[in-house]
Amino acid sequence: MAKAIPAKLVEDVARELTARAAIDIPGDYRDGVIRARDREDNRIARFVLDEMLRNWEIATAERRPMCADTGLPRYYLRMGNEAVVEGGCVAVERALRRATAEATASVPLRPNRVHPLTRVDHNNNVGVHAPEVTWAFEPDADWLDVTTVHKGGLFGSDYRMLFPADGIGGIKRFFIDTLIEHGKRGLACQPAIVGVGIGGSKDTCVRLGKEAACLRVVGSRNPDPEVARLEDELTALGNYIGIGAMGFAGTSMVVSTHIEIAFSHTGGMPVGIHQFCLSSRRATARLHPDGRVEFRADPRWFTDYYRREGVE
Amino acid sequence: MNVRMREITLTTPVSDEAIAGLELGDVVYLNGFLYTAREGVYRKVVDEGRGVPDSVRALTNVNFHCSPAASVRPDGSYAVEAVTATASFRFGKSMTRWFERSGARVIVGKAGLTELAYREWFVPHGAIYLTTVGYGMGAAYGQAIKGVREVHWLAELGIAQAMWVLEVERLGPFLVEGDREGHSLFALANAEINRRVADVYAGLPHFALGRFGETTARTDEVV
Repeated sequence: MAKAIPAKLVEDVARELTARAAIDIPGDYRDGVIRARDREDNRIARFVLDEMLRNWEIATAERRPMCADTGLPRYYLRMGNEAVVEGGCVAVERALRRATAEATASVPLRPNRVHPLTRVDHNNNVGVHAPEVTWAFEPDADWLDVTTVHKGGLFGSDYRMLFPADGIGGIKRFFIDTLIEHGKRGLACQPAIVGVGIGGSKDTCVRLGKEAACLRVVGSRNPDPEVARLEDELTALGNYIGIGAMGFAGTSMVVSTHIEIAFSHTGGMPVGIHQFCLSSRRATARLHPDGRVEFRADPRWFTDYYRREGVE
Repeated sequence: MNVRMREITLTTPVSDEAIAGLELGDVVYLNGFLYTAREGVYRKVVDEGRGVPDSVRALTNVNFHCSPAASVRPDGSYAVEAVTATASFRFGKSMTRWFERSGARVIVGKAGLTELAYREWFVPHGAIYLTTVGYGMGAAYGQAIKGVREVHWLAELGIAQAMWVLEVERLGPFLVEGDREGHSLFALANAEINRRVADVYAGLPHFALGRFGETTARTDEVV
């Protein structure tokens, strides 16, 4: 049996990941925004993007959160099939709650999490179903991957039940609807990484759209050529709308589009869309049984095993 | 869109004369004091009739629709590292009573309000609207915070909803989004964007199933 990964290490790494996510913009997204800035002709939209680039430099240099709305901190865990954590999976979940509360005070994060009706705030971003913890598994591995995502929660997302008769044209229409609805006045805080989940149950497409936006790096493509072609078409379409950064006229709406699919009901084609904003915050580390920790930029969430199609 | 984007520095409290000189699209920096107030504070002042503290009214007439990424240190001092605006449209119907009770003349926030809202609620009070840039300039704006002057309702409302009175030096850039006549910079942008909308949708089929609200009457079927 593999040596156990200490639960304390999970807590320490999660706290560090939370700080890094809040402060350091991922390089792949920043480079995408630089490309958007370089091709943007609209003077105000370009001014906005220049200011955002300056903001990220200050955040990293001064170790300040890039955005004071530090979103809803959450975790994605991928556990190797042979991995063992001291205290088991419950110890991991407890470590993540402690790390979230501690990082909220130390970074600091804004304590965004409140009771939805009473609005009571524990001032630590911990509460009922908060932070969310999503588990996935990987064969032939003895490590634990921890990714944290801090995504704002108010604007930019939508879900719709489409039907086979709607076809690709219907997906495009819904895509444009969502981008215009939330793009005007810059409510979506674009330019965004747009995630599109197609198929599965309603909740599956919403989840996949979010994971596609938050857990794939800019420049990645879906391995299915037909899906990848649609990714390119939607990116081009999104930037043709004529909305730029902050809702000014322009071409800087979409940095990239990521699509993930799931097998759906034979009569339906549900679609979920998410926009990961100008503060596209994520950070990942791999914890090994010997105590080594490797931080990396790419969550590598969508593995071949995760996208498996066959019975085995 | 033809705006000059002149760089302007305002000192708080902002005078009527300075407000009158602002044009849509001007790039504004603030020196002095401003305070955060969003849902929690508006509920107290607008709905429950509580007054804005006299010390705050005397100090500044600038209300930032935001809350900071902040914490209270073990010694009781405050760490305020970043500030980012929250969307202002949802305060629209509260603005008349808010202006009456707070004496605010400058609202800083995210995404502005409609020209109708400005004409109805801002213009009668001589108030204007500055939009933050980007949005998410938390670190750059945070760098301009020189100190926390006062905090009100922290225990009742929590860190994210309390009224934080901040001393700032060259806080910005902001853009003049709503001017004293009630014109909106975003309304100009939307007019520009809307010219292409029909072309963007050209050739795309209508949905097989409509959604409630997409039809022109609530009594219509969606199919």
